[in-house]
Amino acid sequence: MNRYPLWKYLLMSVALVVALLYTLPNLYGESEAVQVSSARATVKVDDALKARTEAIVKAAGITPEGVQFDGSSIKLRLRNAEEQIKAKDEIQTKLGEDYSVALNLLPRTPSWLTKIGGKPMMLGLDLRGGVHFLLEVDMKAAVDKALEKTAGEVRRELREKKIRYGRISRDREQVEVQLRDAATVEAAAKAVRRVLPNLTVTEMKEGSFKIVVSYSTEALSQLKSDAVKQNLVTLHNRVNALGVAEPVIQQQGEGRIVVELPGVQDTAKAKDILGRTASLEVRLVDEDAGKLEQALAGAVPPDTVLLYERDAKGGRAILLKKDVELTGDNINKAATGFDQNNQPAVDLRLDAAGESIMRQISRENIGKRLAMVLVERGKGEVITAPVIRSELGNQFQITGSMSQQEANDVVLLISAGALAAPMTIVEERTIGPSMGADNIDKGLRSTLYGFLAIAAFMVVYYRMFGVVSAVGLATNLLFLLAGLSLLQVTLTLPGIAAIALTLGMAIDSNVLINERIREELRSGMSPQAAISAGYEHAWATILDSNVTSLIAGIALLAFGTGAVRGFAWVHCMGILTSMFSAVFVSRGVVNLIYGYRRRLTSIAV
Amino acid sequence: MIEFFHVKRDVPFMSYGKLTTAISLVTFILAVAFLVIKGLNFGVEFTGGTVLEMRYEQPADLGKVRDRVDALKYGESQVQAMGTTRDVMIRLPNIKDKTSAQLSNEVLAELKKDDAKVEVRKVEFIGPSVGDELVTHGLMATAFVCLGIIIYLAIRFEWRFAVSAVIANMHDVVIILGFFALFQWEFSLPVLAGVLAVLGYSVNESVVVFDRIRENFRKPEMRGKSVSEVIDNAITATMSRTIITHGCTELMVLSMLFLGGPSLHYFAMALTIGIVFGIYSSVLVASPLLLLFGLTRENMVKPVVVKEEAVV
Repeated sequence: MNRYPLWKYLLMSVALVVALLYTLPNLYGESEAVQVSSARATVKVDDALKARTEAIVKAAGITPEGVQFDGSSIKLRLRNAEEQIKAKDEIQTKLGEDYSVALNLLPRTPSWLTKIGGKPMMLGLDLRGGVHFLLEVDMKAAVDKALEKTAGEVRRELREKKIRYGRISRDREQVEVQLRDAATVEAAAKAVRRVLPNLTVTEMKEGSFKIVVSYSTEALSQLKSDAVKQNLVTLHNRVNALGVAEPVIQQQGEGRIVVELPGVQDTAKAKDILGRTASLEVRLVDEDAGKLEQALAGAVPPDTVLLYERDAKGGRAILLKKDVELTGDNINKAATGFDQNNQPAVDLRLDAAGESIMRQISRENIGKRLAMVLVERGKGEVITAPVIRSELGNQFQITGSMSQQEANDVVLLISAGALAAPMTIVEERTIGPSMGADNIDKGLRSTLYGFLAIAAFMVVYYRMFGVVSAVGLATNLLFLLAGLSLLQVTLTLPGIAAIALTLGMAIDSNVLINERIREELRSGMSPQAAISAGYEHAWATILDSNVTSLIAGIALLAFGTGAVRGFAWVHCMGILTSMFSAVFVSRGVVNLIYGYRRRLTSIAV
Repeated sequence: MIEFFHVKRDVPFMSYGKLTTAISLVTFILAVAFLVIKGLNFGVEFTGGTVLEMRYEQPADLGKVRDRVDALKYGESQVQAMGTTRDVMIRLPNIKDKTSAQLSNEVLAELKKDDAKVEVRKVEFIGPSVGDELVTHGLMATAFVCLGIIIYLAIRFEWRFAVSAVIANMHDVVIILGFFALFQWEFSLPVLAGVLAVLGYSVNESVVVFDRIRENFRKPEMRGKSVSEVIDNAITATMSRTIITHGCTELMVLSMLFLGGPSLHYFAMALTIGIVFGIYSSVLVASPLLLLFGLTRENMVKPVVVKEEAVV
């Protein structure tokens, strides 16, 4: 009765082997690495750069152990800290400030393990040191800004259509326009609906005559999510400039953004860079070829600036007029679209002030080029410089031979110019690297000693069954670590505490089983029958008690943030793995020990 | 075979009902009183503010540090040792127009006047809006745990079991909080997580006893026994397991308390208290409550419906 069918043993061994495989990556440790990523939004990292950095390092007499390119950054694995610093300096001087070069640590996981998806656990900031920011996007400001623009657009449209209007007021989430009579209300509503199709326009003809322009709930939530998205993009660009090895920038909840910068100690600098604004400028191109030559020769004519086009290969030089015609603030929206020939294009929409300027300069400069310049860290770069084909209004397109990817890039860059809405830091945490190392050390040590104490007690008290329980507990730990590594759950100090606590609680299942077996023996059952009945009777209780623990774990997961979530993840996973290991695996071991003995007269429990 | 608890006869736990209820009531009322009078010493996550953890090369002179911090005139600030004499924790209130980076730099500059080798180990700044949210979330989580457990136990057993288990364990939670209020230990997020985990864990304990009670009701040899005798038997039978399990969990928790460093200290403390009172309450609070709610055999064992067969 105490024999598993073959498939159960197989399942057990497969589970153990898999768990062992995925726990392994945690044991290899980390090796020193240098990471190269783009420092500016306009600079791309690609395979060519990979070859270039490799060549630079080799020229310096260092052979990297491995070079990886993961789409956004290049990582060179090196043998020691000395090589790492040397390589970093070498790459930084050769590549220049367009790229940020950071020191990093890469897991030393063998490639065969990486191929099957084996990765070490991710460590939280409290374990490896760094800065954590929680930023709150000021949604009210975002809505205000949008309404301000809407009011301007409404005013301009009415003026253009020669509709007499009274006061235009902005009231919380809507814009009200006072009008004279029912006829103007209709005319005004029609005109506004045409230019602002996304908004709800309500006509009021009873008592007072007015139209109310408001955002529908969807439009409002769209507006908010756009604001957060744009801020995320901008933050990404800025964090890249910091040269942080593995930054985390994520939306949290409706209007919050988490920024985690491992390894960064200088919070003041980090904050300065996060809060900085890059800006977009629109300038006219000076088409005089002679002046350009002069400028390239070193003598930039007065009233002009020499800038370069954004291009991986260095880019063409463009001479621009010094006057800034428009700024990013005048651009309400940039989006990708299609031109008449169904080619990718960039659609831009300007605000009222921008429109009147654009109308004027485009009328006077047909056939000339207009440059969009992104100014970041005091340095300007031409994103695109299209030719003005006709007089332009508040909506226009940039067309021309560009791929979808290029159109997306231009939109991203134009949008990156400014934050959609101001942000405030509502939470900040800095953990020094020594603190992180301390936390790992103390957390692991207390778990280890706790585990050993429990195992020792179990072996002494329950003898053979205690050994089995300890084995069950160890496999539980193995499954838990494998699960955490496989799911890439970020391990934090509360997470380590949860591992310890879960182990301490998981032993309950084995105690229940062992006590039950003793009891069955006492009531006169044969050893084999007692084992079988013990496991069977204990199972219902184990299930019940684990479900109640799981309810608490899930509640923590649902309502917790930060530290609590890290704890809850591990706790929930631990409960699940403990049921498997304490019941299924420990029974398997007991079966192997006792199940095949013919005349079993006593068992060590 | 080593056996700590080999009890031949059932211990008449239920006859101690009056005594245990009295003890529970007194501790409960004391805990509530401490909570009301002293209140919880909420961590910075809840109250908002800035916490700095500094490390000195030599044991730090707390008085000097305090004077330095007071000289900065930030308002109500706290300076205390953390675990070792070299680690100092400084807690500052939220200050308008000053970012936490500015604050920490100012404090560091001030402290370096006494000892140039002081190192900032950790800075934590929490804005006021976050704190309020955490409190609501904490309360919601607690409510969810209670409700979830009540529903599960009501389905699996009976409402009397569900309600007694939750009352017994809420009593634990209040006592843990009472301790935190009495000693003014810092109540932080991990502590809250610990308290809720204990809530789930202590309910286990009640579940194990309840399981036994249900099993006993179904056993033929228990048929003649009264409800309180049945409960006594269930508690006695599971007592050994209760002590051993909790002892093991406690071993782990104590290991965290002593070896886990200051970051885990109060978390482990909450668990230690929770586990000790968990044993007591699930055995000696939950079970008398069952009696109080009028548990009978019929609640657990469905009467066998005798089929009436018509004989034609």
